[in-house]
Amino acid sequence: MIPAAFEYEAPATLMEALALLRRHRGAKLLAGGHSLLPMMKLRLAAPERLIDISRIKELAGIRESRGGGTIVIGALTPHGTLESSALLQEKCPLLAEAAAVIGDPQVRNRGTIGGSLAHADPAADLPAALLALDATLTAMGTSGARRQVPARRFFRGLLTTALRPTEVLTEITVPVLKRGTGSAYEKFANKASRFAVVGVAAVVALDRRGRCSQVAIGITGAGPKAVRAVRAEAALLGREPTAANIAAAAARASAAVGDALSDIHASSEFRLHLTEVLTRRALARAAARA
Amino acid sequence: MAAPAVGSRIKRREDPRLITGTGNYVEDVTPAGTLYMALARSPHAHARLRRVNVKDALQHPGVVAALTGPEVRQIVDSVPCVVDFPDLKKPKWPVLAVDRVRYVGEAVAAVVATDRAMAVDAASLVQTDYLPLTAVTDPERALRPRSTRVHAEFKDNQAWYSLTEAGDVDSAFREAHVVVKQRLVNQRLIPLAMETRGVVAQYHAASGLLTVWSTSQNPHQLKSQLAALLGLPENQVRVIAPDVGGGFGSKIDVYCEEILACIFALRLGRPVKWIEERRENFQGTIHGRDQVDYVEVAAQRDGVITGLKVKVIADVGAYWGFFSPAIATSTIGLATGCYAIPNFRGELYEVFTNKTPVDAYRGAGRPEAAYIIERAVDLVALELALDPAEVRRKNFIGGPFPYATAGGMSFDSGNYRAALDKALQSAGYQRRRSEQKRLRQRGRYQGIGLSSYIELCAIGPWEMGAVRVDAAGKVTVLTGTSPHGQGEETTFAQIVADQLQVAVEEVAVQHGDTAVVPAGIGTYGSRTTAVGGSAVLNACLLVKEKAFKIASHLLQVPEDRLTFAQGTFAVKDAPDRAVTLAKVAAQAYTGSVPGAEMGLEASAYFEAPNLVFPFGTHVAVVEVDPETGEVKLVRYVAVDDAGNIINPLTAEGQVHGGIAQGVGQALMEAAVYDESGQLVTGTLMDYAIPAAEDLPLFETAFTVTPTPRNPLGAKGIGEAGTIGATPAVVNAVMDALAPFGIRHIDMPLSPERVWRAIQESAKARPARRRGPSARRRGS
Repeated sequence: MIPAAFEYEAPATLMEALALLRRHRGAKLLAGGHSLLPMMKLRLAAPERLIDISRIKELAGIRESRGGGTIVIGALTPHGTLESSALLQEKCPLLAEAAAVIGDPQVRNRGTIGGSLAHADPAADLPAALLALDATLTAMGTSGARRQVPARRFFRGLLTTALRPTEVLTEITVPVLKRGTGSAYEKFANKASRFAVVGVAAVVALDRRGRCSQVAIGITGAGPKAVRAVRAEAALLGREPTAANIAAAAARASAAVGDALSDIHASSEFRLHLTEVLTRRALARAAARA
Repeated sequence: MAAPAVGSRIKRREDPRLITGTGNYVEDVTPAGTLYMALARSPHAHARLRRVNVKDALQHPGVVAALTGPEVRQIVDSVPCVVDFPDLKKPKWPVLAVDRVRYVGEAVAAVVATDRAMAVDAASLVQTDYLPLTAVTDPERALRPRSTRVHAEFKDNQAWYSLTEAGDVDSAFREAHVVVKQRLVNQRLIPLAMETRGVVAQYHAASGLLTVWSTSQNPHQLKSQLAALLGLPENQVRVIAPDVGGGFGSKIDVYCEEILACIFALRLGRPVKWIEERRENFQGTIHGRDQVDYVEVAAQRDGVITGLKVKVIADVGAYWGFFSPAIATSTIGLATGCYAIPNFRGELYEVFTNKTPVDAYRGAGRPEAAYIIERAVDLVALELALDPAEVRRKNFIGGPFPYATAGGMSFDSGNYRAALDKALQSAGYQRRRSEQKRLRQRGRYQGIGLSSYIELCAIGPWEMGAVRVDAAGKVTVLTGTSPHGQGEETTFAQIVADQLQVAVEEVAVQHGDTAVVPAGIGTYGSRTTAVGGSAVLNACLLVKEKAFKIASHLLQVPEDRLTFAQGTFAVKDAPDRAVTLAKVAAQAYTGSVPGAEMGLEASAYFEAPNLVFPFGTHVAVVEVDPETGEVKLVRYVAVDDAGNIINPLTAEGQVHGGIAQGVGQALMEAAVYDESGQLVTGTLMDYAIPAAEDLPLFETAFTVTPTPRNPLGAKGIGEAGTIGATPAVVNAVMDALAPFGIRHIDMPLSPERVWRAIQESAKARPARRRGPSARRRGS
C-alpha cells in the first residue's frame, strides 16, 4: 500500500528537529513508524512532511538517574530494548514486562516508547504501565525549554495527549521500585492487531504488617484513553491483599473506564468485564511479588 | 541397493532460495520500460454507477492511459467462470463495472503510469458518480421473495439449486429413536496468501508474442483463457508462474487485473505491471466458505446413524469466479462423511449477495462438509450420552471398496477405524478423559474433540509429465502442475530418482512456464501428486522402456534378459556385462539404435479415472478460561491417510499448515460484513489469523491405505489438515463447555462468544442439560 506523496527530513540533532518543527507546522514526527506509516499507507493520514527523528542519538538509551531512585528512558528507545534491559528488569520490571507483550518481535525492534506514548493509541500497552508507575514525561518545545508532565495528566483522550504540536517528547522518567513493592501487567490481546483489548498494570507495596501501603492500577484498551483506577486503588489501600479484598477492589476498577469502547473485537460490556478480571489478576500477581 | 527416495524425509530443495530472499516472484520481474497499473474500486456494495470519468486521472503526471468498463467490454466480455450446470444463473462479471457495482472493491477503472505511486494517486482521481442501492449481505435474507436483487436480470438471488437423495430419508426420520438438529454457520474467510496477487504483461509486436508473468496456480489454464478472451491464438501467449508465495485456491481464478494488464500491454506496446495491495487482496481476491448449513440426523439409541438431512445455503457473493458454482457441490457430496449413512437428502442453495465472490479456498466445500457431519456426530453422542469415538466407530464405512456413498461418490479405499484408533492411542484418549474429569472438579474446563474427516482429491481431467535424460545422464522433469509452496521440485525428483535409479540431486523439476512445459492443468484441490505425479511416473516408464531397448542393443542381449538396478542395466546371470543409464543416454544422442528413435525422453498424460478420498482422525485438546472465554489449544494429534506418502517431511509440512488454517477458522478468522456491505475486517489489524504462539506443537502420524486409482497409490495431503482441524477444535471447545449445558456456538469461537454463552447458560440454569432443538423418541 502506497502513501500519498510527502516531504521527508532526517535531522541529526534535537535542536534541528525542533527548528524544522517550528518551520513546518503541518509536519509530523516519525520515530519507529509503527503507527504513523500504516495510517499513511491506508491513506488515513497524509502529512505533508515527515521529520524523521529516529537518527537523533541523544533521544535513545536507558540510564539510572545520578542520585538513583529513578530511571530515565530516551523517547526513541525501542520496545525491544525496554524488554531486554537488565536495569529495568531489576529495578522497574513492570515496564519491561509490558514492553515484552507489545505486538511481535519486529514491532518491538522498531516501535519506540516515545512514539507509542505520543500517538496515544487507546489500546497501547505502555500507557497502563506508565500510569501505574506515576511516570513523568519530558517534552521540549521549539524554544528549547523543557516541560515535565506527569503521566496522569498526559493522556487526554483518543489519540490525544498533553503534547503541543511544536513539542518533542524527549524522555520518560520512571521510579525505581522499592523493596516490598511488586508489579504485574495483564494483557488480553486482540488476536489480529495484538494490541490490548484490555491491559491492566498494577503496582502494590506492602508494609511490614503485610498491608497494602501503595496501590496503583493503570488500565488501557477499555476506554478512549488509559486511566488510573483510583477507587479500586483506594479500596485495597491499607488492607491485606487477600483474594476477597483484591476481588472487592477489582470490582471497582471498571468505574474508572468511563465510556468503554465497543467494536467488532469486543463489546463495551465484555471490555468492562475483562477490566475487572485482569485487575484482579494483576493485583494478585503484583501482591505476590511484593 | 540404496534406500528408495520415495518415502524419505528429504528437505525441500526449493527452500534455500525462498528463505534467503533469492526466489524470483512476479514482483521481481520488471522489464525495461514497465508501466504500472492501479485500479479505482467501488466503495459501495451495491450502487448504480452513473458516470466514470478518467479525465483528471489522465492529466496526472506520469499517467499514460486509462480504461473504463464500457471501453473494456468492447474487447473482453466478462471474467470467465468455467463451470456450467443446468439451470445455473450465470450473470456476466464485467472486467470493469458497467452501470452497476455489486460489491465493495469491484474494479471500476484502471490507469497506467510510469511509476507505481503515480498510478495509485491517479486511480484516486478517477471521478465516479454512484447512486447507492440497498445491499443484501445475508444469504438467507437474499433468498426471501422480496429481497433486493443482486442481478436485476434474474427474478431472484437463488443462483442455483440442487437436490441429492438416496434411500428413504423420511422413513429413517420417522423410525429414529432420536433426531438431532442444528444450524451451523460456516463463516466467510479470506484466503490471505502471503504473497498477494500480481501480473506483468509484455507484448512483443514484432513476434506477436504476449508474455504474462502471473501469480497463477494454473498457468496453462490462464494461457488458454487469456488467448480466448483476447482473441489470440494460444501459441502466441506464454504464461509464466515464477515462484509463487501461496495461493490456497485464491490464485486459480482469472481475474480482471490479468485481463486489463494484457489489454494495456497490447495497446501500448509496453510492459504493464500490477501488484496487489493487501487491502485489495482483502476485497478483490476471492473469499472462501460462507455457508449457513442446517443439519438433521436420525439415529438409533445405540448411536447408529440411519438418516441425514442437510440444507446448504452457500453465499457465493456477487459473481461467479472460475470454479465457484462447483465449490458447494462437494459439501453435499461429502456430507455423509466416512460413515455408512444409507438415507440422505442434501439440498443446495447457491445465493448471490453483494459481497466479494466466493471460490476455492483450501478445502473448497469439503471443510464445510466435514464441519457439518463431524459436529452432527458429536451432537448425536451428546444426545445419547455416548462417547463420540464410539459413535464414530459404529458408523464408519467398513467396505467393500469401491464404496458408493449416499452423496453419490465412489470411495476408492479406506480404513477409517485404523486412523481413529491410532489417533486415540497417540492422544492417550482414555487417560485424557479421566484427566478431564479430575480437572473439572478443580474448576478447569478441558475439552477433547475428534474429527474423522473425509477428503476428495485428484480432480482431473488429466495432467502432463515429461522426463528427459540428457546425454550426460542428468534428468529434467517437466510437470503441468504448478506448485507454489507444495514442494514438488523435491517430491517429483524423488519419484523419478527411484524409477531411473539416479540420485535425487540429478533430477531437475521444471514447472510454471507454458513455453517450457507443453501442457498442463495446474495445482489445486490436492491433485498435484496423485494426478501430476502419476503422469511423471508414467513418463519414467516410457523412458525406461526405451532405455531397455538401447541397453539391449549395447549389450547385445534381448531385453528380457536384462535387469535394471542401481542405475545400471545388467545381463541376468552375468552381472559384469552391464551398462549404466548414463552410457545408455549417451548412446541415445550419438548413434541410432534399431527400433528406437534418437533421444531419451518421453511425455505422458495421466487421465484421472475417478476421484480419490483421503481421510484421517484429528484430536484436539483445549482448555477454556471460563472467566475470559479464552480458548487455549493445548495439544493436537493428527493421523492422516493420504495413501502412499512420497516425502513424509513435506507431507507433515502440509498437515501443519493445514491445521493452522483450520484452527484459524475455528477460533479466530471471519470476514465480517456490516449491513451496508462494507468489509469491516478489511486489514490484518482486524482480521485475525493464528500465529506460532497460538499453536501447540502438532503431533502428526500417518496410516497408509493406498488408492488403486493411480500408479503411485497416492491420494492428497494439501488440504487434509484444514478439513480435519476445524471440527476437531470446535468439538473440543464444546466438549469443554458441556458442564455449562452449552451445545453449540458458531465460529469463530472468540473469547467474547464463549464468555457470552457461559453467561447465558448461567442465567438459564437450572435448565435441561440438553438443548431445546434435540428431541427424543421411543425411549
